[in-house]
Amino acid sequence: MRILVCISNVPDTTTKVKFSTDLTSFDDSGVQWIINPWDELALTRAMELKEDASNPVSGVSVVSVGSALVEPTLRKTLAIGADDAIRVDANSSDAHYVAAQLAAVAANGDYGAILCGIESSDYNGSAVGGMISEILGIPSVSAVSGLKFAGDKVVLSRDIDGGKEEVSVPAPFVAVVQKGIAREPRIAAMRGIMMARKKPLQVVPAVEAETFTAYKSFAMPEPKAPCRMVDADNVKELVHLLQNEAKVL
Amino acid sequence: MSVLVYTENWDGKFKKLSYELVSYAKTVAALAGGDVTALSIGSVDQDELSTLGNYGASLVLSADAAPSGLDNQVYTSIIAAAMEKCGARILVLAHNNTGKALAPRLSVKLKAGLAAAVIAVPESAGPLVVNKKVYSGKAFAKVEILTDKAILTLSQNSFEICETGGTATVEAFDPDVDVAAAATSIQDVQKQEGKLLLSDADVVISGGRGMKSPDNWAPIEELATLLEGATACSRPVSDEGWRPHSEHTGQTGKIIAPNLYMAFGISGAIQHLAGVSSSKCIVAVNTDKDAPIFEAADYGIVGDALKVLPELISEIRAARAQ
Repeated sequence: MRILVCISNVPDTTTKVKFSTDLTSFDDSGVQWIINPWDELALTRAMELKEDASNPVSGVSVVSVGSALVEPTLRKTLAIGADDAIRVDANSSDAHYVAAQLAAVAANGDYGAILCGIESSDYNGSAVGGMISEILGIPSVSAVSGLKFAGDKVVLSRDIDGGKEEVSVPAPFVAVVQKGIAREPRIAAMRGIMMARKKPLQVVPAVEAETFTAYKSFAMPEPKAPCRMVDADNVKELVHLLQNEAKVL
Repeated sequence: MSVLVYTENWDGKFKKLSYELVSYAKTVAALAGGDVTALSIGSVDQDELSTLGNYGASLVLSADAAPSGLDNQVYTSIIAAAMEKCGARILVLAHNNTGKALAPRLSVKLKAGLAAAVIAVPESAGPLVVNKKVYSGKAFAKVEILTDKAILTLSQNSFEICETGGTATVEAFDPDVDVAAAATSIQDVQKQEGKLLLSDADVVISGGRGMKSPDNWAPIEELATLLEGATACSRPVSDEGWRPHSEHTGQTGKIIAPNLYMAFGISGAIQHLAGVSSSKCIVAVNTDKDAPIFEAADYGIVGDALKVLPELISEIRAARAQ
């Protein structure tokens, strides 16, 4: 089985978010781009599954939708261990358009498992994985924090309200993964970085797809009032404030 | 323009979240000019179903037959059939694990633009423009739905529950969906009994590395129990295995919006603040007066969490005894 991991290229999570002066676009000046944290965990788990010879995983591909600016992030995934990368040459912030591109790539390959992070840390749409599965007409399981092979079945752990469930699913399927799927994301070693230069990074054109949504404008939250400091020797005062001023106790 | 709202139940009972969703749907329907239909999937008592009328639903569709677990394809088909039956053009779900699993599939199936993690009633219905969280709560965006139908997932605690005193007609709903055809199958369920879920809690008591050891968590749990809240932690704490990953609040963990968030020994990395900054009131206790958590907090104490916690518990008990 080959695994396809969908990768979103996002601003580093420590980025101080800024927008253009007309508030219609993200200001990416000085921004460092990274693999979306949940996608990075998905890739890590895919690598672990491939490296364990008892699993029927023959290879791991990665795919991303974006301009050439996405390529350093894709090279990083190759350095971490992915076998090959595909970039769909298109720009769009609409989840349906992106999902349609990824589904087209998935349909053109023989992938038994498609892994996506549960959301991207920029648009927080939580949409692409589920959309891919519906476009392809295959099962999806969301909030996945564990993935293993058990005989001829794939067993996924998913979070439910107040617990966990183990769900078996036939291939091909989409797993929408979250924290817990892998312990720590991998750091590319020098050998991996050197090898990544020789691995295939294919660029494919976009397919026709509809756009369902459009981002009109952005806004920052209202600035907060300064924190009201209470002396450490006067905890009683804090309780009084929480009861009578904030009215939350 | 009618609105369908998917109301989840847990063991046959609706939670506060479902009432928040129906209240929200009622306001959206008022803006769009239509009624609210609530859809319930799984076995729920008639009396429980009719309570949804008190929050604005005029019709409740009850689809009794359902797979044993959340099979995304079967649930998507049932919800899509309900949309068709009531002629709704707007669908509202919760922005929780279930909503995140179903809304994208429904978006494709219904050709309906999806605005996820919305925080307010749309500012207009034609075209539908709505405010949502982006950059993990560090900013907001106005999204326009370009399709005829729309799907909104509502961020929890974004809308006040409103009791209307209304009543709802409850109707059995038996769509032409093969429930037995579920592709996924539940192998095992482990329920965490008797503990308030982080996502449901109005009060969250959270600890960071400043708690120094997992052995020091008793006062965090005691305070959470005293305030009928849930416990949480920062990322290093869950990464170290001091606390389970399910308690990690922050950009890559759970994003929460309780009425009261108390952070003990948490410095407040930008990723942590992204996950908790929507809380209505934030209290921080940290030994470092320059810790970034104080920039996000409403009330702060520069001090050792391990000393402040027992005093705080004692003072709250004393205040409540008066």
